Amino acid sequence: MNSSVIGKFAEDAVNFLFQHFRGGFDAFSAGLGAVVKLLEDGLAAIPFVAMLVILVAFALWRRGAVFSVFVGLALLTIHYMGLWAQTVSTLALVIAATFFSLVIGVPLGIWGARNKRVEMVLRSLLDFMQTMPAFVYLIPAVILFGLGRVPAVIATIVFSMPPVVRLTTLGIRQVREELLEAGRAFGSTDAQLLWKIQLPNALPSIMAGVNQTIMMALSMVVVASMIGAGGLGEYVLSGIQRLDIGIGFEGGLGVVLLAIVLDRLTESFGVKARKAKRNAPAKAGTGTAVRT
Amino acid sequence: MTPNTTFAPKGVIPPDAIKAEDAIPATKPVAVAGTDILTVKNLSKIFGPKPERAAELVKQGLGRNEIFEQTGNMVAVNDVSLSVKAGEIFVVMGLSGSGKSTLVRLLNRLIEPTSGQVILEGRDIAPMSTLELRAVRRKKMAMVFQSFALLPNRTVLDNIAYGLEVAGLKKPERYEIARAALRGVGLGSYEKMLPSELSGGMQQRVGLARALAVNPSVLLMDEAFSALDPLIRFEMQNELLRLQKEEQRTIVFISHDIEEAVKIGGRIGIMKDGCLIQVGTPAELIQSPADSYVRDFFRNVDVSRFLKASSLMTKVNGGLISCDVGTSSERYLTQLIDSGAECGYVCDESGRYQGCVTPASLHKTGTRPVRDALLQDVNAVSLDADLHELAGIALSQEHDVPVTDTAGRLAGVVSCRTILKQVMERRAA
Repeated sequence: MNSSVIGKFAEDAVNFLFQHFRGGFDAFSAGLGAVVKLLEDGLAAIPFVAMLVILVAFALWRRGAVFSVFVGLALLTIHYMGLWAQTVSTLALVIAATFFSLVIGVPLGIWGARNKRVEMVLRSLLDFMQTMPAFVYLIPAVILFGLGRVPAVIATIVFSMPPVVRLTTLGIRQVREELLEAGRAFGSTDAQLLWKIQLPNALPSIMAGVNQTIMMALSMVVVASMIGAGGLGEYVLSGIQRLDIGIGFEGGLGVVLLAIVLDRLTESFGVKARKAKRNAPAKAGTGTAVRT
Repeated sequence: MTPNTTFAPKGVIPPDAIKAEDAIPATKPVAVAGTDILTVKNLSKIFGPKPERAAELVKQGLGRNEIFEQTGNMVAVNDVSLSVKAGEIFVVMGLSGSGKSTLVRLLNRLIEPTSGQVILEGRDIAPMSTLELRAVRRKKMAMVFQSFALLPNRTVLDNIAYGLEVAGLKKPERYEIARAALRGVGLGSYEKMLPSELSGGMQQRVGLARALAVNPSVLLMDEAFSALDPLIRFEMQNELLRLQKEEQRTIVFISHDIEEAVKIGGRIGIMKDGCLIQVGTPAELIQSPADSYVRDFFRNVDVSRFLKASSLMTKVNGGLISCDVGTSSERYLTQLIDSGAECGYVCDESGRYQGCVTPASLHKTGTRPVRDALLQDVNAVSLDADLHELAGIALSQEHDVPVTDTAGRLAGVVSCRTILKQVMERRAA
């Protein structure tokens, strides 16, 4: 099977990057790898019981008694299946990827909200990023960054960034014109308008974007097990390779439980947006994760 | 047309009027220039793709709709000139689409003017840089919005402090001012609440406090009370008048409600199709409307309280008796009879009104002093007594109603016939 000119072009582009910026990629890879490793080791250092208490308390604070019971049972189930270490590893990757997605995505979203032309370019780019099958990202990631956690995180960042960019732009655009008018009438600078009026009022929408980004990251981290991301995905993958229903189901269940916990907890930070989120496809991320 | 009227009909003004300051109509109030705080000169706003082309057509005298059909440009505000005096509430009144909301936004450049000047305290705002404009918005002009436009994520106190915050005031300082402003509008205990927890009327009080907190030279109120229930609107109008009594502020108030305009406005400017067609006090607009458009506004309004004794009275002819009330009545009997007047109005040497006498009362008193001849049931009214009060007084006595000025001098009389005529006219309307 041979690719056409289009495929050749993509191949050449990646090869060009690899040949000319190899040093840069290596350095970046080492840096990112260190961050992820640090995060994973840090999380792994926390004993299961301590983690259980922290998360249950957190759930109680954010969502109430019923959900905190669910969190407790979910973590105990994961622990009982012997998947705690894998779960922590997956969680570390999700956190790292989400962090970088937000650091890049939120400013891009703000830029898009302030400039129509930027938004147009971003939109087509994001459409491309979102619809390209997730597995495809793995190929250049491996070529440029090798196997392991780093390419997994990179591919995950690319895959999970679109929602937060889109919802940041949307949230800022949806801030009522009269609030901006009031801000200007009282002599706000553009920066003051952004920080004091636009961002606070777009926050529910941005938080919905953060929630979706986390869900997308979780689904991608599982797929990225194919390039050595480790964690729960690896467990699921071994189930597929051995055609072992039991292993596959347990790994999948771990992912589902982690997804629900992450989704409900992060969703609780966008409380004000809940009404809007009912209409928006906020659950798409969860859907993707469960499907995986 | 009244002396304060600024009337700029299309086509009458020469084409170079926009540049030439002296092209402002001669009827502009020149005498009050010393106290003018905000002056608008030939201000225009044309929305759309080709404003220059539309401006040409305006000069040719084309109407708003024709211009829109030909060029796709909307002439929102057309060559408006006016001046607002320090300490007055100037109401801009017009139907929706008349350009009044655009006009108020041109004043602080939330909308950029196409041409013209906005001179605040001697400085033209229109050509200012962003930096200068920002300083003006922070210190000189504040705005109250129809939709309140409170920031939903901030507490009442932080909303009020917003203008001070962006101007760079430290927290304790701005909170102190904001608290005072909040107390000023009677919501002192609500500072920690969110706007969504307040009723509409309370929210607008917060909006008002936010604007007052920056202590602006000019307060812009864009249909500030229009979104409120009638009862709350009434309450807020009174609140504004109360605040105005405490401290004289200069306010440009936009309204589409004539009752509101005459209630709170010292002067009213009437807008129609982007043009300011007449400016005057409520009484001036009622008594000499520029056209049927202005007259129609007052059709369903009870204007009797704007008809003042000062504008209805006539000079006292013949029946004026100037004397010391201690002198003998006899001396004035012949004088009064000769004048042919039904009654005489007695004033002392300094012109102060003493009372009313008739030939009969003078005759009866004889040689006793004039003081004893004064009729007991004739009461004088002040210059600003309205039609209601005049009618009430006229009912209780037989003679024309004397009007005195603030020093107690006789200024004139209002005849019962005039009062009756005005009452009948109002009824006919």
